Amino acid sequence: MSLLTCKDFLHALNEYLDETQDAELRQEVEKHVNECPNCWVVFDTTRKTLKVFKGMEPQVIPPEVHGRLMERLQKKMAQRQKPAP
Amino acid sequence: MPPTTLHTEVNGDAALVARAQSGDPNAFEELIGRYERKVFRLARNITNNEHDAEDVLQETFLKAYSHLDGFQGNSKFYTWLVRIAVNEALMKLRKRKSDKTVSMDEGIDTGEETMVREIAVWDDDPEQRYSQEELKAILQDAVQNLRPAFRTVFVLRDIEELSTEETARLLDLSIPAVKSRLLRARLQLRERLTRLFKRKGDDVFAYM
Ligand SMILES: [Zn+2]
Repeated sequence: MSLLTCKDFLHALNEYLDETQDAELRQEVEKHVNECPNCWVVFDTTRKTLKVFKGMEPQVIPPEVHGRLMERLQKKMAQRQKPAP
Repeated sequence: MPPTTLHTEVNGDAALVARAQSGDPNAFEELIGRYERKVFRLARNITNNEHDAEDVLQETFLKAYSHLDGFQGNSKFYTWLVRIAVNEALMKLRKRKSDKTVSMDEGIDTGEETMVREIAVWDDDPEQRYSQEELKAILQDAVQNLRPAFRTVFVLRDIEELSTEETARLLDLSIPAVKSRLLRARLQLRERLTRLFKRKGDDVFAYM
């Protein structure tokens, strides 16, 4: 029998997803989800949630946003290169 | 030529930083090219505002440029850049404090919400139902709907992949607070995505 309640499981899940090295805790989580179908669904869908976020490449930056950044930077660089008076 | 490894990636940054430090403008521009998208995403995710995000993007790279000589090279360049960006973004967020949606900490570390309502398995590869652009919009929308206190923690931990300790330090939170906010952010996002991605006719309601 799993020692975790469903509520304990949620907190343990957080640590589990952070790849805790606590082998006992990892085992308890796995045991609980094997015995509790609802928690298995939460486990599986939370894991997948993080996976979609981690697999996401950042959006391309709008060209005008990039343009304005470079404009400010070039001003700054010109200031820096000016010889001291 | 040997295959590119993570090691040479990081060295690539170090070489560029060294060139930029000795005054080569092309080197700094190349660093911008590498990281502007990530910095802009971070800024947008934290501030929830396009205009603020652009300010943060500019301030971050201008500050990085002015303080480049102070960069020691004992951390990764990107980690150093992220710290600057996070501080800039948080300043923007706090300036909007009058905006009710921006409360950073009001009553959120108390109470025991379990936050699990939707129990439904997902379709296999639900992402395939959407184009890359649609999916990005869905994910961004989901993050932007989190309260700032949860959103900032989620963005730093699960998108930027900073450590719990670093996140705590940057947000001036305790480690248990970071963990509890992260759990709630993750569960809220799970709820939201489940509503979109669940396999039809598979709902189970009563839970806990
Ligand atoms: Zn359970």
